[in-house]
Amino acid sequence: MPTLFLFGASEGGLFDFDATLPLMAVQVVLLTFILNALFFKPVGKVVEEREDYVNTSRAEAKKKIAEVERLETELKDQLKEARLEAQKVILEAEQDSDTLYKEALALATSEANASREKARREIDSQRDEALNQLKSEADNLGDLIIERLLAKT
Amino acid sequence: MGFLPFVFPFAELEVGQHLYWQIGNFRIHGQVFMTSWLLIGALLALVVIGTKKMERDPKGVQNLLEFLWDYIRDLARTQIGEKVYRDWMPFIGTLFLFIFVSNWGGALVPWKLIELPSGELGAPTADINTTVALALLVSLSYFYAGLSNKGLRYFEYYVHPTPIMLPFKIVEDFTKPLSLSFRLFGNILADELVVAVLVFLVPLVLPVPVMFLGLFTSAIQALIFATLAAYYIGEAVEEHH
Repeated sequence: MPTLFLFGASEGGLFDFDATLPLMAVQVVLLTFILNALFFKPVGKVVEEREDYVNTSRAEAKKKIAEVERLETELKDQLKEARLEAQKVILEAEQDSDTLYKEALALATSEANASREKARREIDSQRDEALNQLKSEADNLGDLIIERLLAKT
Repeated sequence: MGFLPFVFPFAELEVGQHLYWQIGNFRIHGQVFMTSWLLIGALLALVVIGTKKMERDPKGVQNLLEFLWDYIRDLARTQIGEKVYRDWMPFIGTLFLFIFVSNWGGALVPWKLIELPSGELGAPTADINTTVALALLVSLSYFYAGLSNKGLRYFEYYVHPTPIMLPFKIVEDFTKPLSLSFRLFGNILADELVVAVLVFLVPLVLPVPVMFLGLFTSAIQALIFATLAAYYIGEAVEEHH
């Protein structure tokens, strides 16, 4: 029947120091070196490599985003310019066609006026001529009638 | 007897009994080494399996190992500081892993099923030799860390901020290993004793929550020991301005 050995026991007890202590210390130091070689170094390498990879990837992605944004603004500017230019071209074309139309209209109107004027003048002259002719014929007829009447009597 | 009132069931519970191995003129506690070798073997097996095929996209055990590595790095970095934590991370990590594996191994593995001629198997950290060995290693480490980093200027620490602190700082060098070793030893041994006593008194249900509490304590003690060790080393290498 074992008894409880406690403080100051000569054999056993809870506070029984012996060669276990230095041996355990050596064992733990050895374990430190073994774990350093088997665990801390390789795992650290992998983790740090991954961290580097993530960081560089992230930096690269940021650079790419900046590039994309730059290109986007550039393209937007270009688009805006092109739009403005197109508007200008449209405006010019509209103005051109407007002036052309007006010119053509003016030309046509003046031509029409001229030909109308000419026609009127012709009509006038022909009417005058006809009137004169008619007048002379009436005169002749009147003369003839008077002659005939005078000759009978 | 007489230190606890329960005499009859306690006959089974062997406190302070050891399985002695004789090596030359020295005697060692066999049960401590048997369990510690088994647990270190399990730890190394886990490490070897986990690091066998490491990839950038971690799988399986590698995840666990990386989590542990990250945890230990954070612990070492916050306590020791950015400059020298790399040198001490393996030591702090080994302390944490060894104590954690010992504590949990002692609590989870049903060692009592294995009969020994004398003493019984249990957590290696429930033996005062183990905890004192670990605590003395910590003391040596922080002295070495301070001296190797700052040379003799390390001793400025003893008169910092005023020389009045000198006796207290000297006393601290003794109380640090003492408190480290006794805290760990006391907690683990007490946990084992409480569980054992409860199992003998009420063999059903009641010991289970206490066992869970024991697992919790075990993990916390490993963390406390490693954190304090790192803190002492950090204190020794810290530059005073």
